[in-house]
Amino acid sequence: MNFKRVYAIFLRQIYLVRGTATRFFQIFIWITVDITLWGFITKYLTGTAGAGFNFVPVFLGAVLLWDFSTNVMQGVTMLFFEDVWSRNFLNIFASPLKISEYVGGLILSGIVRSILALIVMFLLAMFFFGFSIFSFGISLAGFLLILFFFGIALGIIGVSIVLRLGPAAEWLIWPIPALLSPFVGVLYPLSVLPGWMQFIGQSLPPSYVFTGIREIVDGGTFPASTFFWGLVAALIYIVLAYMIFVKVYKKAVQTGLIARYSAETVT
Amino acid sequence: MTANKKPVLEVRGLSKTYGSTTAVDSISFEVRPNEIVGLLGPNGAGKTTTINMILGVLEPTEGSVTIETKDVLHERSEALERTNFAAVYSPLPGNLTVSQNLRVFGLLYDVPDLEQRIEQLFQEFELEQFKDTRCGVLSSGEQTRVSLAKATLNNPHLLLLDEPTASLDPSTAQIIRGKIRTYAAGGEGGVLWTSHNMYEVTDVCDRVLFLSHGKILLQGDPKTLPKEYGKKNLEELFITVAREPLLLESM
Repeated sequence: MNFKRVYAIFLRQIYLVRGTATRFFQIFIWITVDITLWGFITKYLTGTAGAGFNFVPVFLGAVLLWDFSTNVMQGVTMLFFEDVWSRNFLNIFASPLKISEYVGGLILSGIVRSILALIVMFLLAMFFFGFSIFSFGISLAGFLLILFFFGIALGIIGVSIVLRLGPAAEWLIWPIPALLSPFVGVLYPLSVLPGWMQFIGQSLPPSYVFTGIREIVDGGTFPASTFFWGLVAALIYIVLAYMIFVKVYKKAVQTGLIARYSAETVT
Repeated sequence: MTANKKPVLEVRGLSKTYGSTTAVDSISFEVRPNEIVGLLGPNGAGKTTTINMILGVLEPTEGSVTIETKDVLHERSEALERTNFAAVYSPLPGNLTVSQNLRVFGLLYDVPDLEQRIEQLFQEFELEQFKDTRCGVLSSGEQTRVSLAKATLNNPHLLLLDEPTASLDPSTAQIIRGKIRTYAAGGEGGVLWTSHNMYEVTDVCDRVLFLSHGKILLQGDPKTLPKEYGKKNLEELFITVAREPLLLESM
């Protein structure tokens, strides 16, 4: 792997974000809305429920972590969409860039974007609602790792869908986190879901994170086995996502889709 | 002189079929260092399909493409390190400035002493005044100069130019042709050039290949080829290739 090429893909995103205020603020707008909304909801619920239960870590903490994963995914997909929007496929894929280097660049973008988003979410939650994600202790690192890997996998799958189906498939990608959120139990335990939903939820790594959060809030210790299985599942997702992308890319080279991408000739 | 040098591009039995349609039909040719080869033919003849296969963005159904001993299908990245291209239908991202685009593509092609090379290209293609301008707001001629600067960033041994002067005024087109000629004469690079401007092809190319229905119908020196087929000039020969290819095949 040539790291200069990975950096080239990332550098392009830096130039774009630096050059347009829209792209920069887009990173923070939805997380600000989410943290504000759920901050006030949890404040209200904690006030009405009395001293028995603290909703803040369960709701606000979970929403914050889910938004982190969503941001990782968006960091990966946005960079790919920039190539779609600027019709840059031929320039990019007719260069010596390898698929692993391209995906590496997308991941690097996901890392930086999610770190920026995490810092802003942390500051908002801390200063406006008195909640620190560090209250999860050492578990936080494990939770973030699982959600980060899952966000990467989702991003790569999203990119594969758009590469396969064409630019118009972009609208399919944005709602993916919202569609998955009921299954992973961001705000409730999986046990409240019907059997088939629980089954899907258990196959999704973030559900281990949110189960872990509830274990800690209930006074438990670091849920090592939950973390372990969540991490294993997230890594499997990344490997599968990468395999899907490579397969879709190879198919696109066979059919000529890469060369004529904007024509949406292959369905 | 170029005939003694090892080819920078070897295309052998290259075909591409889409279902029952054959876009390129078992073509073979070479491009040698310092040589400018024109790939000519009417719309739909298979020129861009051929270029896409050489660039590794389209997998051939049969045949091979070798760029300086590297097989494009199996050693794509290594083969493309010594290649570059400019095509009228593939401008650089309009939302990046000239210098940003050159920096990004310079990194992708792993160009040594990149900043120095970019400065050199600013001078060579007279882009100094546009270096902080977004490519999307440049005129067609200026964008073509940027595309050519990108295409020569890595001093490619194989330069592919798909209608590089289309939409340029005659004066700008002449300047661009001059730069490409200088490029081919100066280093180790060979150029594969497609154009519909037969005057330009006669002026620039050392050799031309006429494609028709995916096959190479004729090839030779653009200055002597028309006479060999009883035509006044290359344009007349082109029209015959486009309208009456069977007549030429029988000759």
